Amino acid sequence: MTQTEAPVLPDATTATSAGRPADAPVPVVEMRDISITFGAVKALSEVSVRLYPGEVHALMGENGAGKSTLIKALTGVYSIDGGTVLVGGEQRSFGSPAAAQDAGISTVYQEVNLVPNLTVAENMMLGREPRIAGAINTFAMNRRAAAVLQRLGIDVDPRSVLGSHPIAVQQLVAIARAVDVDARVLILDEPTSSLDSDEVAKLFDVMRHLREKGVAIVFVSHFLDQVYEISDRMTILRNGRLVEERMVADTSQLELVQLMIGRDLEVLERLDRDAAAAAEEPAEPAVPVLTAVGLGRKGTLEATDLELFPGEVIGIAGLLGSGRTELARLLFGADTADRGSLEVGSATGRRSGRPGRRRLRSPRHAIDRKVAFSSEDRKGEGVIGDLTVADNMLLALQASRGWLRPIPQAVRTQLVDQYIKALDIRPADPHALMRNLSGGNQQKVLLARWLITEPELLILDEPTRGIDIGAKTQIQALVADLAAQGMSVVFISAELEEVLRLSDRLVVMRDRRKIAERPNDGVSVSDVLEIIAGPQATTTEKEETRG
Amino acid sequence: MADTLKPPTEVPQTSDDPTQLVVRRGPLAAALSHQLVWPVVALVVLLAVNVAADPGFLAIRIQDGHLFGNLVDILRNSAPVLVVAIGMTLVIATRGIDLSVGAVAAIAGAIACTTLVDSASQGAAATAIIACTYALAVCVLLGLWNGFLVSVVGIQPIIATLVLMVAGRGLAMLVTDGQITTVNNDFFSGMASGFVLTLPIAFVLAVGVYALTALITRRTALGMLIEAVGINPEASRLAGVRSRTIIWTVYVFAGLCAGVAGLVIAANTNSVNANSLGLWIELDAILAVVIGGTSLAGGRFSLTGTLVGAIFIATLARTIASIGIPPEANYLFKAIVVVVVCLLQSPQARGALRAHLAPARSPKGGARA
Repeated sequence: MTQTEAPVLPDATTATSAGRPADAPVPVVEMRDISITFGAVKALSEVSVRLYPGEVHALMGENGAGKSTLIKALTGVYSIDGGTVLVGGEQRSFGSPAAAQDAGISTVYQEVNLVPNLTVAENMMLGREPRIAGAINTFAMNRRAAAVLQRLGIDVDPRSVLGSHPIAVQQLVAIARAVDVDARVLILDEPTSSLDSDEVAKLFDVMRHLREKGVAIVFVSHFLDQVYEISDRMTILRNGRLVEERMVADTSQLELVQLMIGRDLEVLERLDRDAAAAAEEPAEPAVPVLTAVGLGRKGTLEATDLELFPGEVIGIAGLLGSGRTELARLLFGADTADRGSLEVGSATGRRSGRPGRRRLRSPRHAIDRKVAFSSEDRKGEGVIGDLTVADNMLLALQASRGWLRPIPQAVRTQLVDQYIKALDIRPADPHALMRNLSGGNQQKVLLARWLITEPELLILDEPTRGIDIGAKTQIQALVADLAAQGMSVVFISAELEEVLRLSDRLVVMRDRRKIAERPNDGVSVSDVLEIIAGPQATTTEKEETRG
Repeated sequence: MADTLKPPTEVPQTSDDPTQLVVRRGPLAAALSHQLVWPVVALVVLLAVNVAADPGFLAIRIQDGHLFGNLVDILRNSAPVLVVAIGMTLVIATRGIDLSVGAVAAIAGAIACTTLVDSASQGAAATAIIACTYALAVCVLLGLWNGFLVSVVGIQPIIATLVLMVAGRGLAMLVTDGQITTVNNDFFSGMASGFVLTLPIAFVLAVGVYALTALITRRTALGMLIEAVGINPEASRLAGVRSRTIIWTVYVFAGLCAGVAGLVIAANTNSVNANSLGLWIELDAILAVVIGGTSLAGGRFSLTGTLVGAIFIATLARTIASIGIPPEANYLFKAIVVVVVCLLQSPQARGALRAHLAPARSPKGGARA
């Protein structure tokens, strides 16, 4: 639908367009032959990008391709070693992000960089609050913030504390903040990674609105469908080099992926076949690894039943706030259930307790029962940024051994090297600090942390969010392999294709409740969407995401 | 396991992989980036100032088989702050802080001295040992209280320990009945004034605490787990780390360290004044930790840095006396020196300074040309 609305944009050869003066439009930003070097490493090598007013320009490439570096070169975070930046035809170089912002280049980063304990309005106006005689004019600030939010169709009270909202809402506030600074160029780095489809649609409305006003939008996303829905033109990078600039309409998704990673999609096809084969086999082992009966928690999850068998992958589908994350947390003891019972571990009933009262008290309790859980919030609940890759990998194993029994150095080295190699973690340096790794590599380290504990049940909440397609494929293949070896997996993802590709059985959640469960035999994405949408979907969903 | 985990895809590995940041630096730059460099440099500068004021400052002589001299005095005087600061280092590494250590030290001194005075055989070594054990046991209880408030009740550490900081002095006053209690026990006073292997016992004791703590945290996994909890408590909890137990333990340890320091201080004067024993020692200890390079934000900690920091603070106190700073300017001078050292410790401040000096010199030493 957007293809028709999108203004026709000048491509590399023809510079004519409808609804625009006949003379060749000048790019609002042009980066020519940009090179950036870190020490001995070339992070960017002669990359050129042109941004025209009134276009959505997708920056495509794997993690480490140089997208972030390019953005940071434009916004003055990094200094440029070679090449020129032209803004409105004039050569410019920005010494700081603030200087770039003054020139009309605003950025919203992937991780929300706002202050959680200030209000929404204070965050939006931070650093440019309306003032009366030096004091902040709270009334004017709230009114202005409310106006911006309303214009963007974001239903949030500007006086509420930012941290009280889900990440998705915080992301929208970050965008509202960037939009409020009259931007000529708006850079959105993975803006949709924590948004559900409703919110993505809302964001896209905002983006189209801005595009019509002549803003050049740089859009970075790993969701190819979204890129195709909203973008007009794209620049593809690989290993710090420019691969090609293309019009989106002229490039098929397959072509794009091949340009990005330089290899075909055989792997994914193999996975699809495997999943299909597994669904056909009527494998029904006797003893479940996990049995939840009426498990729930006040305010987060209604009573839920679930059974999981060895070697089985359960996919949980549902929108943000549907209870999918909440269920995972209860299964791991990250939150404690206040109703129902839960038994985990292949030797069910290993510990005697009163029937119907068995629950997990803490994550530690779950880990002792061979359960592992990778949280959706990688930065907040997974990564220990200032420790090394090796320490991060060994943390769970070390914690369960207790502090008095350190892992012997030889075992440490062997385990860490083995997993760095097996999961292709880069840089392959066990002593690198975790915070210096890219998102995909951090995720692999966290997976390694749990695989090292040799779990029987692996709960993965959004393990592929915000990581590049190469790493994503590797993680999907890994999950399939682990299940084939007998590990049970609970797999949660906002991407339904991914859930359907991997799972043997499908659980659909809505309104903090399990609403459907069925074997994954030829279920299609639209089937699942239909279940999720249900009869009175539109009204209840909205309330859900708000709370 | 390794074979089955092998990913089925080959990611092109190029020599100029931008994820592998290689920063080439000369040996001098590498040495300068070590976190202990700046505290040590500050200490050396301070000693140089002393030598300038008094050329014989560094002289050490042997008398009765013991070492004597300014340096030895500094080491002995640094002992209480060092012991307290070691406990404080671990607390700070978990994102906490313990303001009550001065009060706990006073309580330890008060209990040990009143026990000695009340005892039938005040001069006996055994009595001193019993009195000290008794005092340290109470300190463990006080540490348990702090740890309980922080890790179980969930009160912010600065508030939780403020309770005991204020109440603790009152407790110590109750124990001593508000009197200055004077004791007479050779074994007890030996803790401050005695020598072992030509060195002051107090310093040997403090270094012993340092070495033992370093051994326990770095030879076991305790140090790494403390750092993990300090850097990201929630991620640590989800990885199965018993954060609550770890946090509780470090407060108990800090209480115990404060107790040891209190005993050394009391032994130094052979008396206890509940109002002044260990007064403001928590601030010196926090300074020692910060000067040593451990961030107040928690996470990575350096016990050796704390050791240097504590010696620095003792040296500073001696310097103020020896270069003739007027007594009324004491605190101001100390404050200025501390601010300068903390700025030296900060990479941002050093970067700004370097950028400022860059036009004068060739900017060859920078990390990025």
